[in-house]
Amino acid sequence: MAAGFKTVEPLEYYRRFLKENCRPDGRELGEFRTTTVNIGSISTADGSALVKLGNTTVICGIKAEFAAPPLDAPDRGYVVFLSVPNVDLPPLCSSRFRTGPPGEEAQVTSQFIADVLENSQIIKKEDLCISPGKLAWVLYCDLICLDYDGNILDACTFALLAALKNVQLPEVTINEETALAEVNLKKKSYLNVRTNPVATSFAVFDDTLLIVDPTGEEEHLSTGTLTIVMDEEGKLCSLHKPGGSGLTGAKLQDCMSRAVSRHKEVNKLLDEVIQSMKHK
Amino acid sequence: MEIAKRADAELGAGTAAEPGPRSPGCSLRHFACEQNLLSRPDGSASFLQGDTSVLAGVYGPAEVKVSKEIFNKATLEVILRPKIGLPGVAEKSRERLIRNTCEAVVLGALHPRTSITVVLQVVSDAGSLLACCLNAACMALVDAGVPMRALFCGVSCALDSDGNLVLGPTTKQEKEARAILTFALDSVEQKLLMSNTKGLYSDAELQQCLAAAQDLSPGFGQLG
Repeated sequence: MAAGFKTVEPLEYYRRFLKENCRPDGRELGEFRTTTVNIGSISTADGSALVKLGNTTVICGIKAEFAAPPLDAPDRGYVVFLSVPNVDLPPLCSSRFRTGPPGEEAQVTSQFIADVLENSQIIKKEDLCISPGKLAWVLYCDLICLDYDGNILDACTFALLAALKNVQLPEVTINEETALAEVNLKKKSYLNVRTNPVATSFAVFDDTLLIVDPTGEEEHLSTGTLTIVMDEEGKLCSLHKPGGSGLTGAKLQDCMSRAVSRHKEVNKLLDEVIQSMKHK
Repeated sequence: MEIAKRADAELGAGTAAEPGPRSPGCSLRHFACEQNLLSRPDGSASFLQGDTSVLAGVYGPAEVKVSKEIFNKATLEVILRPKIGLPGVAEKSRERLIRNTCEAVVLGALHPRTSITVVLQVVSDAGSLLACCLNAACMALVDAGVPMRALFCGVSCALDSDGNLVLGPTTKQEKEARAILTFALDSVEQKLLMSNTKGLYSDAELQQCLAAAQDLSPGFGQLG
């Protein structure tokens, strides 16, 4: 009987739960779904990570290649997105996506990830330079969503962060005589990841209620969304609110404090994973 | 220009300009708005903020493709054309921001199974482009007579390395800024409808920018 009600009046069905301050999957309004992260799963990539936020699954693979540094900044490397979109939402993950050129959702998510990378200055481009003016690293980052159940922005940001922490670049020396690069695959070092940007997404319901980490159904029923990307000093890299119901300053403050606590949770999880990798 | 002046006399379409000497801190560049300049769209507006200029045209409520139709409200579509080149991913992202902002204020339920299309053309870009696009879209929707529950205005601010706030930054100020924040605020309660930020900033700076933007938005509301 509940299933019938849910099909006919999804919003009313949802409101019944919200009145009791909980959601159909049993979570509270400020609770995130179980987050799992697995790094280093793709052996052919220089860095990789798989993140599961409840059912939402995103995998990120990073490959490093050589390139000539940009002419206007000869001491820097590039962090590139392979022919944007770097975020791929294939028909595999949800029935709403079709084959063909990237749809709006994929493009918007790609732009968001590109902005987060640039705003947070997570990697100093100078670190990617091997030889000023001649050779630099290019990092191709690809994120593929394997299962779309809402909150894709948080999952993608986390996957990218974890993958970047997993990237190992071999040592490169330029041979003076031949002017060719010699790669020493035996000596690898980790990338210097300077900050940890963590995204926290909220959905606005009926213009008043804010819930954290919306599932696919909740996103569909919501009247607005908000994503806050914060680094560990409490500085904001991005306050992404693509329209939707209006929010007052007080509500924003609540979201900020939730974002701070989420940052701590994610940091702890990431540290555990990295520690376990290093022990191998 | 002539058409605009004629439209002025006949339909009393609004041409408003607010001169503002550019004093550092909290006043905007000279901004101006002209409505009803194009004959084909149902509504059109041109919004100028300093040297940044955006032209908007609105078609609607009009026929919608069955695949895009929504049974209980109007389907909103935004097309943003850059000044040079083909529209890319950044334009798609901006289109989504503008579309969602418009969806929040337009009373789509009054025109179910129809489409309202907003077309924006960047005429010149000298900073604060997204804010200018938002303002142009709002003015064009008003000119088309689309029912809305509130007006909205776009305000953009830049934070430089010393933490000083500059409202409506020029391209040069945007390049030198540490962070650029663009907000869309509604005219009734100055609530935050849309926010898009670039760069790193603290929570306190965000509140400061938001407060400055909220002080400005009644001024924009008077234009409409």
